Amino acid sequence: MEALLQQYVDIYVLQIMVLIGINIILALGLNLITGVTGQLSMGHAGFMSIGAYTSAILAVNFGMPFWFCLLAAGLMAALTGVIIGIPTLRLEGDYLAMVTIGFAEIVRVVFLNLDIAGRGLGISGIPGNTNFTLVWVLVIVIVLLNTGLLKSRPGRALYSIREDEIAAEASGVNTTLYKVVAFAIGTFLAGIGGSLYAHYLTYISPQDFGFMKSVEYLNMVVLGGMGSIPGTILGTVILTMAPEVLRFVADYRLLFYGGLLVTLMIFRPNGLLGDVRWVDVKHTWARLRGRIPTPSNSSDG
Amino acid sequence: MFWQQLINGLTLGSTYALIALGYTMVYGIVQLINFAHGEIYMFGAFVGLFLVLTFKVNIFIAILGAMVFCMLLGMLVERVAYRPLRGSSRLSALISAIGVSIFLSTLMVLLRGPNVTSYPSEVIKIATYNLGAIEVSSLQVVILVTAAILMLGLELLVHRTKIGKAMRACSQDLDAARLMGINVDRVISFTFALGSSLAAAGGVMVGIYYNAVQPYMGVMAGLKAFAAAVLGGIGSIPGAMAGGILLGILENLGIAYLASSYKDAIAFGILILVLFIRPQGLFGKATTKKV
Repeated sequence: MEALLQQYVDIYVLQIMVLIGINIILALGLNLITGVTGQLSMGHAGFMSIGAYTSAILAVNFGMPFWFCLLAAGLMAALTGVIIGIPTLRLEGDYLAMVTIGFAEIVRVVFLNLDIAGRGLGISGIPGNTNFTLVWVLVIVIVLLNTGLLKSRPGRALYSIREDEIAAEASGVNTTLYKVVAFAIGTFLAGIGGSLYAHYLTYISPQDFGFMKSVEYLNMVVLGGMGSIPGTILGTVILTMAPEVLRFVADYRLLFYGGLLVTLMIFRPNGLLGDVRWVDVKHTWARLRGRIPTPSNSSDG
Repeated sequence: MFWQQLINGLTLGSTYALIALGYTMVYGIVQLINFAHGEIYMFGAFVGLFLVLTFKVNIFIAILGAMVFCMLLGMLVERVAYRPLRGSSRLSALISAIGVSIFLSTLMVLLRGPNVTSYPSEVIKIATYNLGAIEVSSLQVVILVTAAILMLGLELLVHRTKIGKAMRACSQDLDAARLMGINVDRVISFTFALGSSLAAAGGVMVGIYYNAVQPYMGVMAGLKAFAAAVLGGIGSIPGAMAGGILLGILENLGIAYLASSYKDAIAFGILILVLFIRPQGLFGKATTKKV
């Protein structure tokens, strides 16, 4: 499959597509935590790095097969997510943001000093198991699972927590449990993404997973639309391609980034496709094709 | 050794306290974690550097100049990036703050390059005083005294002036304050100006103390000062002072007695510990949210 693709598609484009796929997985994880459940997590890169390092160490030092490393990465990240999440998420307020900032920094410093993680030099020579097929099959599976989750009753519970936590609790939603579960799933995806990332670049170091990386994933979720899966995918695609496309304004890229965030929050705080769900996308598509009549006065979906 | 570390920690902690005060005052009134605050601190360091390099001023004028500049910068940021979002969700304001932070640090990189610069050594005469086993440099004395004066000034302002009363009223209940005739917009602008000027002073002092000024110095300092503010109880001014000083001391003791390579992790470890054990911090009140 890989070779087939390489015959028809430029290898550079293929590489970007792999990166987009990996970022989508990570962004969807963050979307679940922050966009859907409304818990701002600023340490996504920390969980990503836990996944990346777990996978890399298992592969390089212990020679474990790739699928094992991948799974272990996700589980490890989710485990730390639960450990951090339980004491934090029982509180209301911005505490998760604060804790995740601190946690991600601690993780970074720990990996910087751990011998088995290669300290400042990181780990190199990671087997490059990540390829286009694997990544995009995973993306499709994860998108389907995510969509299914958000349409179901637990999914609605998560949305309700974002809307008004006190009302949700009063309506019988066990907010702490749901928050922790959402956080666990989100960090699991971060771990998977981290593992794919490690086996794609074949080299990782603590600098790859700093605070700015967490901010990048937050941008993808925020730009595309918080709580919206198609939105998150759109945001990820735009922001992954932006550095490549804007290469000629490389120095000003971050300036643009920062200004974009502020402008976006002022004029369209819900992102480009905020709260747009697949059903809305399908509806609009059907309307454009004349399949269903355009409503005259009533509001849509 | 211990006392030496204590003095060093006190000095570092005073600078953390100055930055933490800005975080805590803003959070107390508008419930916003001003992620851009670290960048204001960084700008302060650079403005001081610019004044020293161009006009050959001494440390005190540099601090003053940086404070004035950052006061205006802080007010500008509030006006442009936070005021339009006053009615929106906290998440939007937070993300806007992150945007400002990225914008400001990149701006400085474009203006002065990403490399580390330092203050020329003529800015202050270095003398060391020996009290028994401890060495205290004149720079440390200047920092400690200046920070103490600034913090004392802040306390007087908050508790003895009309605007201070207005600030306290706004942090208790913004709507009630508005009903009492307080111009809430002006109070918020003033709070930002105050916090930013303190951070700027901290920036100049740290820049000279560690002999290094670079565009990303605000990131780490901002995060740590934030940890200090949470440690003391976010929203509480004495809390920020205590938290900052405590954090500085603990960090220095940690470097001396634990592993020095983990020094950055110490601040965040304390942050997480505080949030698990006593989330309202040392001086904060445990609040229950009501409908």
